Amino acid sequence: MPTPHVYKSEALVLRHINFGEADRILTLVTPQHGKISAIAKGSRKVTSKLASAVDLVTRAQFVLATGRELDVVTQAVVQERFDHLRESLWHATAGYTVAEALDRALAEREPHPDIYVLALDTLRRLDADADAWLADPTPQNPAGPTSRGWAAMRFFDLVLLDLLGYRPAFHTCVSCENPLQAVEDNGFNAELGGAVCPSCSRYAQRRLPLLTLKVLRLVQTTEWHALPVMRLDQRTRDDVEGVLQSILSLNLERSLKSWNLLH
Amino acid sequence: MQTTAAAVTALIEEFAKLPGIGPKTAQRLTFFLLRSPADQTRRLADAIIRMKEQVITCSTCFNITETDPCPICASPQRDHGLICVVEEPLDVLAIEKTDTFRGVYHVLNGALSPMEGIGPKDLRIAELVARVQHSSGEVREVILATNPNYEGDYTAAYIAPLLRPLNVTLTRLARGLPLGGDLEYADEGTLSRALEGRRAFEG
Ligand SMILES: [Zn+2]
Ligand SMILES: [Zn+2]
Repeated sequence: MPTPHVYKSEALVLRHINFGEADRILTLVTPQHGKISAIAKGSRKVTSKLASAVDLVTRAQFVLATGRELDVVTQAVVQERFDHLRESLWHATAGYTVAEALDRALAEREPHPDIYVLALDTLRRLDADADAWLADPTPQNPAGPTSRGWAAMRFFDLVLLDLLGYRPAFHTCVSCENPLQAVEDNGFNAELGGAVCPSCSRYAQRRLPLLTLKVLRLVQTTEWHALPVMRLDQRTRDDVEGVLQSILSLNLERSLKSWNLLH
Repeated sequence: MQTTAAAVTALIEEFAKLPGIGPKTAQRLTFFLLRSPADQTRRLADAIIRMKEQVITCSTCFNITETDPCPICASPQRDHGLICVVEEPLDVLAIEKTDTFRGVYHVLNGALSPMEGIGPKDLRIAELVARVQHSSGEVREVILATNPNYEGDYTAAYIAPLLRPLNVTLTRLARGLPLGGDLEYADEGTLSRALEGRRAFEG
């Protein structure tokens, strides 16, 4: 029998399913090896050294051995747990959404370090936002994020689409290619991959009000640290999410289950 | 060519379906029973059938029981104003073993896991909310003792806003519990310390 190949990598835990009496099968995403499936034996026992490192949405340093079917986790040390995010329903759902989107978007063993970094940056932003929110929950919207947390998710959606090669067009009409005017009656078509002007409204699958279009353009063309605070009403937030969700679910094949839980 | 009696092969196959039992252990158990006295094997078979026929879930706390309500829900010795919410009946067993908890339980029957398709309707969450609502103020505190991992935290974060308007104190087990694992595997000392040191839950 050949000696197993042992390798080290940091990874983010995207999914795990219970297996046998106390094992877990993990789906990990790593910067250099892409998405990996691995078994963590005995990791459901709280006494296991692996238990805290193989929890969902946790970044850990792994030592893995190549196995016949699955790689085997031999060591794992937690690097980042995003503790605040887990305690607020909206933020924890957002954390699931990030993990689920990566699981759908990435193929096994195809490295995509940019997407890995985007996911971690997003989780850190959500964690910081949850910390602020837990300290002072807005009484009007007890289950909602702050505008910063919400923006972090929309930033994630748009950059992910970009990195996957599905950047939606918000400046010219995807049908006639004329520049879009600042009017209320533009539309959006996920299959065509962007906005449609009023003359091409036969292709519109949903409305694209002016404020929604402006928010999408702003987030798409601005670096995170330069993004201004956006105080938006719930309707505009829903519109922006709806546009992004329609194009993400098309390109990631099924609509994201974790996102649906809250809607 | 059939080398082993079909009845023996059948039992080996059934044992091998059980958690933690591989083909080798399944064979060992089968041959052990084959050599055992007939009345011993009959007691085992009876115990399995009785367990399946007589065990029901308590209509108040959804723990497994032979009577409805279960002995814990029916006991005047227990504090019915303190509900400990857990994922599985095995967690009740683990907490009962610590011998420090005097309240009652509510078994959710799992944890929320949107990616694996387990939503609020698959768990006894609505029943918990109704139970607190209908207690007309008797319930003072609900301990959200779901597992100390992402799904457990998430489930607690989902339940908390549903219970908060009902004027109950919400707590979560103390952080001393090793993170990431399942409650049922925690040792008694750690578990009773986690129960005693429970903290207010903000989520
Ligand atoms: Zn057009
Ligand atoms: Zn009961």
